[in-house]
Amino acid sequence: MLKDEDRIFTNLYGMEDRSIKGAMARGAWDGTAGYIKNGRDWIVEQVKASGLRGRGGAGFPTGLKWSFMPKESDGRPAYLVVNADESEPGTCKDREIMRHDPHTLVEGCLIAGFGMGANTGYIYIRGEFIREREALQRAIDEAYEAGFLGKNAAGSGWDFDLYLVHGAGAYICGEETALLESLEGRKGMPRMKPPFPAGVGLYGCPTTVNNVESIAVVPTILRRGAEWFSSMGRPNNAGTKLFGISGHVENPCVVEEEMSIPLRELLDRHCGGVRGGWKNLKAVIPGGSSVPLLPADICNDAIMDFDWLREQRSGLGTAAVIVMDQSTDVIKAIWRLSKFYKHESCGQCTPCREGTGWMMRVMDRLVTGEAEIEEIDMLLDVTKQVEGHTICALGDAAAWPIQGLVRHFRNEIEDRIKYKKSGRVSSIAAE
Amino acid sequence: MTDLKKIIIDGNEVEVDGAMTILQAAEVAGIEIPRFCYHERLSIAGNCRMCLVEVVGGPPKPAASCAMQVRDLRPGPEGQPPVVKTKSPMVKKAREGVMEFLLLNHPLDCPICDQGGECDLQDQAMAYGVDFSRTREAKRSVTDLDLGPLVATTMTRCISCTRCVRFTTEVAGIATMGQTGRGEDAEITTYLNATLDSNLQGNIIDLCPVGALTSKPYAFTARPWELRKTETIDVMDALGSNIRVDTKGREVKRIVPRNHDDINQEWLSDKGRFIWDGLARQRLDVPYVRVNGKLQKASWDEAMAAIVDAVDGKRVAAIAGDLASCEAMYALKALIGGAGGHVECRVDGAYLPIGDRAGYVGTATIADLDNAQMIQLIGTNPRNEAPVLNARIRAAWARGAQIGLIGDEADLTYEYTHMGNTVADIEKLLNIEYKQVLEVPSMIIVGQGALQGKDGEAVLEAVKRVAELTDSKLLVLHTAAARVGGMDLGFATEGGMINALDGAEVIYNLGADELDIDAGPFVIYQGSHGDRGAHRADVILPAAAYTEESAIFVNTEGRPQMAQRAAFPPGAAREGWAIIRALSSELGAELPFNSLAELRAAMFAAHPHLAALDSVPENEWKAAEVKPLGNGALKYAISDYYLTNPIARASGIMAEVSKSALSAKMAAE
Repeated sequence: MLKDEDRIFTNLYGMEDRSIKGAMARGAWDGTAGYIKNGRDWIVEQVKASGLRGRGGAGFPTGLKWSFMPKESDGRPAYLVVNADESEPGTCKDREIMRHDPHTLVEGCLIAGFGMGANTGYIYIRGEFIREREALQRAIDEAYEAGFLGKNAAGSGWDFDLYLVHGAGAYICGEETALLESLEGRKGMPRMKPPFPAGVGLYGCPTTVNNVESIAVVPTILRRGAEWFSSMGRPNNAGTKLFGISGHVENPCVVEEEMSIPLRELLDRHCGGVRGGWKNLKAVIPGGSSVPLLPADICNDAIMDFDWLREQRSGLGTAAVIVMDQSTDVIKAIWRLSKFYKHESCGQCTPCREGTGWMMRVMDRLVTGEAEIEEIDMLLDVTKQVEGHTICALGDAAAWPIQGLVRHFRNEIEDRIKYKKSGRVSSIAAE
Repeated sequence: MTDLKKIIIDGNEVEVDGAMTILQAAEVAGIEIPRFCYHERLSIAGNCRMCLVEVVGGPPKPAASCAMQVRDLRPGPEGQPPVVKTKSPMVKKAREGVMEFLLLNHPLDCPICDQGGECDLQDQAMAYGVDFSRTREAKRSVTDLDLGPLVATTMTRCISCTRCVRFTTEVAGIATMGQTGRGEDAEITTYLNATLDSNLQGNIIDLCPVGALTSKPYAFTARPWELRKTETIDVMDALGSNIRVDTKGREVKRIVPRNHDDINQEWLSDKGRFIWDGLARQRLDVPYVRVNGKLQKASWDEAMAAIVDAVDGKRVAAIAGDLASCEAMYALKALIGGAGGHVECRVDGAYLPIGDRAGYVGTATIADLDNAQMIQLIGTNPRNEAPVLNARIRAAWARGAQIGLIGDEADLTYEYTHMGNTVADIEKLLNIEYKQVLEVPSMIIVGQGALQGKDGEAVLEAVKRVAELTDSKLLVLHTAAARVGGMDLGFATEGGMINALDGAEVIYNLGADELDIDAGPFVIYQGSHGDRGAHRADVILPAAAYTEESAIFVNTEGRPQMAQRAAFPPGAAREGWAIIRALSSELGAELPFNSLAELRAAMFAAHPHLAALDSVPENEWKAAEVKPLGNGALKYAISDYYLTNPIARASGIMAEVSKSALSAKMAAE
């Protein structure tokens, strides 16, 4: 259980003053110049030592990512790009930061920008986020007015400009290289890697793309020390984390908690528990739509961090917990995700373009039961044919939920097919 | 190559440039990796995923070999070369998977598809696919596009490899094609339903790995295995593009490009590709003799007799047109010139200095464009005069070369500095103090339009002086395939056409159709098509076209190449040189060769460089002379790209494209 004094986002719910005055009263922009004067390497070292892992889903160590940026410029500028294209179904954490506590992000941008040698930062915000964009733009304007951005930002001697760019609402633009394409004014289609953005990114220049939360926690890490941050959570899963819980709980919410908190504690303490009680739980998608779901029996001991969930062949993702109780048609729930991925596939590479549609159509039939039992294995095989064969991770994201469904709820799928054929409910389903 | 890296592919160790991709390295190792979207002359898209390979020790998923550079592969723990497998179970599974996805929405209408038999999708499905289908879903269908009269579309067959999009934007330089929509609904299309405004568009037919883009004129006329394939040379412009002529029986069914890195790479202009229906229309297949003012069919004997009567004791001159072969010109020069008559090949009136090869060919090769940093165009619109060359200039521009143009402003598909459009503007180039250009490879391309008219000689000398001042290589861009050959053979008279025809009572016209011959002289026309030259003729001798005889043509950079016979000439038409040889006997001035081989032996003895096929001789530079420049406007040599020669004017396809290009132009204005 996270103590109140350990919270990084102290205005997550917008109950306090959201302006720069309020943010400064809560500690933002305090001593920023001093941290910058400690030097670029110090900042990267601090972030490395804190154990911060990327909050966008993949969980790549943030400090390590920053250290890939060239130490000396070869004449090209470097860019910081903040991925605020929060579009993963179930995920709504960055939006709270941007509309209620935007100065954590703006200050983080300056520090991160300096940490990677970038004089320019872009925040690419999701098209549907209108109010969030307004709030964030207000915060950027305030920071410019206060001298925290621009020439000699915050009196640090480092020049830093920050621009807010409004996307057009495509899920794929949350993929970092598609985001860069979109920023450059082209169609949001992922690029091939290598070259990685740290070498050839925005406009062909070294670029690091970070999630909003990853950047926004950095100022507090520097203020309170890397050790403080790394003392929370299990080893290799340090710090605090914003969890966004949706679905069949009494009180869906976004909450900052310590990493590695047990799932049941998270739901019981902050969400009023699963609707109808813990025993009414059917499954949980622990990290946003793209990670495989976990059935109730695994949820009993679930620990919400990167490594534990990976061991269960799922993932922490963006820590967007989608709770489903016994009333849920879990096949239809996953079908809905397949439909989403089919709709959002960019169409660039073959397996995802053709595979997402195919998977959705087989799911269509699994929902109604108008399928053959063999098609379950075929579907699983198709997901394997998509997974790992595409340019970006959208193919994987489309495959995983189905794999999770078949892994844990195969009986239910088979029963539905059998019922459709015979009109009888099998003993397992009737239990 | 300093960055050499070792790599082990399927157990074969090869050492390659680190910048090479795995796919290229595999080619070095002699291992074929299937691909659809990858094309070595286009940017890398990496979207088809057919070329996936296993990188040992890398991430546990296959890598796209078309995009992964060898230097990006991690070496083994003790510095061993990275290991790549192209035949492992993982790769096999990946290929089968991708193939299954590609066929998922492909209509499988091979029996009615023109690509059948030469389809990458067919071939690779056989080689790498599985033999059954697991899908029960309905297939997607896509609305076809109207790309104009040349390229037919069946977009349902499209596999979205984007080769056509990349070709049109990168090589052809038009921004008409693209992919719209997302996911399954992504479609290759043209923006605003525009047709393709490019004279290189036919190349997307070759590039399309499936039957989505096929040749409209060729549609449903033949299967590839029925065609006899003859490798030969294109004569529609002076580039000498390497082509393959496909024939079925006596008919030419289609023309496709062959690769030649130093000339056309693997592209072909639309005129070169779609001209073939012109080879079957308006053909001269029997001799004609004018009797009482009317041309009447005649036998060869009657035609020859009429010529013998007409020539007897008269002053004879000979002119050679744009498509004349070296052999025919050599024979004609021997016949007419041997009897003291004048000969001339510069029928368009352009000034080309006799005997000064560096003056009428230049010193540059086409491949020099690949290094040139500065390119000056003078009086030439290469987009019309040599579309494939223009694409190469565009490639130079794309990699950073600067282009200048003196001539009327035109859309050349790349940016250029416009430096005026009159002869006088060339003068300005002479008064600049050059520095930067002296340090980089540079090139001057002068068009035939600039050399025509009274200022021609002065322009050429001025251009040569600019080349001297800037230390640039010179390329004289010809529009006629025959011209350089004619100049090489000395088929020219001091003073040009006026002197050559001065006082001529009989004119032997070897396929020159782009000029009017005054009333008066008796005209013998030898050629393949009933065009302007034939209308003015008193005797017509039907001859073979360029696909119907073995003949040498010298291209605009001075490279002799041999065309081959792909089909027989129609009716009584004969090979060009043989007609002249036969006539020489009738005239009692028998030429000293009885076969093509003997003719060539004599020709090579007199002009040894013609024997060195496919090589560009170095030309000795003659210092430029100072000649006063006039003030006239520079005109381009070609006004309608599609209708420049008798074969093109006989072609229904060319007429249609010309019309649609014109209406598109008028719609734009």
